[in-house]
Amino acid sequence: MTDTPTIRHHGGDMFEGYPVDTANTAGDQAVTNYTINFGPQHPAAHGVLRLVLELDGEIIERVDPHVGLLHRGTEKLIEYKTYLQALPYFDRLDYCSPLGMEHSYVLAIEKLLDLEVPARAQYLRTMFAELTRICNHMLNIGSHVMDVGAMTPNLWVFELREDCLNFFERASGARMHSAYFRPGGVHQDVPEKLLVDIGEWVETRLPKLFGDAMSLVIDNRIFKQRNVDIATVSKEDALAWGFSGPMIRGSGIAWDLRKSQPYDAYAAMEFDIPVGTRGDCYDRFMVRVEEVYQSAKIIKQCLRDMPTGPIASLDRKIVPPKRGEMKQSMESLIHHFKLYTEGFHVPAGEVYVATESPKGEFGVYLVSDGTNKPYRCKIRPTAFSHLQAMDMMSKGHMLADTTAIIGAIDVVFGECDR
Amino acid sequence: MAHAAPLISPRATLAAELKQLLGTDLLAHDFAADEDSITVDRDAIAGVMIALRDNLEYQQMMEIAGVDYPERAERFEVVYHLLSVTRNHRLRVRVSTDEATPVPTIVPVWPNAGWLEREVFDMYGVLFAGNPDLRRILTDYGFQGHPQRKDFPLTGYIELRYSEEDKRVVYEPVKLAQDFRNFDFLSPWEGADYVLPGDEKAGGTGEAPGKGAPTPMTAQEVKASDDKAKASPPPTPKTTDSPAQTGAGAKVNKAASKTSRDGAKSKVATKEAKTPATSKAEKAPAKPRAPRKPKTGGDA
Repeated sequence: MTDTPTIRHHGGDMFEGYPVDTANTAGDQAVTNYTINFGPQHPAAHGVLRLVLELDGEIIERVDPHVGLLHRGTEKLIEYKTYLQALPYFDRLDYCSPLGMEHSYVLAIEKLLDLEVPARAQYLRTMFAELTRICNHMLNIGSHVMDVGAMTPNLWVFELREDCLNFFERASGARMHSAYFRPGGVHQDVPEKLLVDIGEWVETRLPKLFGDAMSLVIDNRIFKQRNVDIATVSKEDALAWGFSGPMIRGSGIAWDLRKSQPYDAYAAMEFDIPVGTRGDCYDRFMVRVEEVYQSAKIIKQCLRDMPTGPIASLDRKIVPPKRGEMKQSMESLIHHFKLYTEGFHVPAGEVYVATESPKGEFGVYLVSDGTNKPYRCKIRPTAFSHLQAMDMMSKGHMLADTTAIIGAIDVVFGECDR
Repeated sequence: MAHAAPLISPRATLAAELKQLLGTDLLAHDFAADEDSITVDRDAIAGVMIALRDNLEYQQMMEIAGVDYPERAERFEVVYHLLSVTRNHRLRVRVSTDEATPVPTIVPVWPNAGWLEREVFDMYGVLFAGNPDLRRILTDYGFQGHPQRKDFPLTGYIELRYSEEDKRVVYEPVKLAQDFRNFDFLSPWEGADYVLPGDEKAGGTGEAPGKGAPTPMTAQEVKASDDKAKASPPPTPKTTDSPAQTGAGAKVNKAASKTSRDGAKSKVATKEAKTPATSKAEKAPAKPRAPRKPKTGGDA
């Protein structure tokens, strides 16, 4: 080692005869890289993320995210459940936007069955998917803002999130894990008053409260200093790293599955796709802010155009009859019993169905072997690809920027780890 | 097409383009449920992916999924899902492999393949040659086995708990208070190829049922039995179109023309020859029994 040509002497004979790596030296002090753990118990890690950070001073050299701390074997469990029994697992993937997860799954089943869904069910699903988007963005925007130092907006937008959860509760009976979307439609019809209340909320409370909260943030000097030009991702990188949702739109690619591959009632909806210009954390944040307004627009259209009629397919070999009907008719009783024990059989085949969940492309690759249980159900989480790019995005940034980057990725570990 | 799932318009010239571009590396191309899937040669996968990305505009690789088919010679399928944002189309690319044969990595083509390949390795034990960082990703540190394989039990082999005595988390073999219940819902009329529980007592095939729940039918078996059911003609329905079929009118043969009384008589006679008879039975054997009168007074 002593004969390596990198030997240098720094004032005096202190290092004489020893190799000194001078590449990262500031002044005449030799600083070696060190490694720290960020998480798994860290308030800004949005769950159980463990980042092994290799730092040079405060500059990030390398990030090695360790995921899987919330792995629950969802895909394995689904293989042992009937199609209907597997549905509530999807609520528990991304627990911040449960209905967005259900959406891909029910559409995948319907595609395999080639099952027609009544118009009212399609509108209800579209409306609740957009409410979920607002609900999810409220959490993400709030916590992103709080991660970089602001307290008040988080508390304000959580009020709105609470409103959304109350709407879910009134529709399905559960605040978070609704299990509301079912193969063939939705579980139950909504009361008329709920639609009226959602309409009023979208018209008055949402724009007022959200506008107030965002007026504190979007032109805020500190917030901009923490986010502008942080983790810039080019269009090419966004494509290569498999970005989707607000992450790819933040990089300036106007790609939205609701527009390009419309499902349910989205084909009839009019809305705009917000895109970023620089591809940094601020752009991703602003894309989400604008998406909230676009979602509100879609909800208004749904409420305006929602037809009356059945809320689920009337194919009794797939959609079980309501309980009241079951008490009256022998045939309904048989269907009810068969569908809640054995469930329906899905013809053999495979589909990959991806929807625009609030976080990006959430896909379900469903392989059926003709029985009443999925042979394989691969879930394509959004966070997996985004988090993988952490290393690429945070290289050369400061340690404190990791919280802004994670906040702008919008990662939830229930979905990432499955 | 009646479903409400995402609408993807098919690429009309895709089949020809694929054939021309991939040549012999393209093993199969099928179009089912509005989705294009191709099977390609395993060793050529990296080159195929570059060709698909650069020539057919599939810019994004969204997903790599493993699937386990234990009955196949090459039991694992690695399924790549590609997305073209310019042509608005999805393509599924399959390769198959077994436990020992590695699949060439596609990390140089798409960097996000790194974690996805790690996941397939973790869950199925499929090896990816050239992946720079093929560690486990989702399972616990120090985990053994590949949990998504079909022969890996749902409960796993080890469980962990916090031990109050040791003041730390301890790993122990799984102990279940109750067995996992897996019900078999295959209809016994539609091709269950095993002895139903209880049928072994009836002396059917004499086979004892295997332990635990039987393996569900595979897709091929379901299809075969469906086809079989379709192919065989429906049985002739039992109808009585002519009076002859009702049993009334002229008798078909000699046996049918016997009256039941004759039959009863001869039976009694043979019986009496063996057993000591009473004179009463001798004298009035043919007297028919009076028909039973319906009970009265009870509710109908």
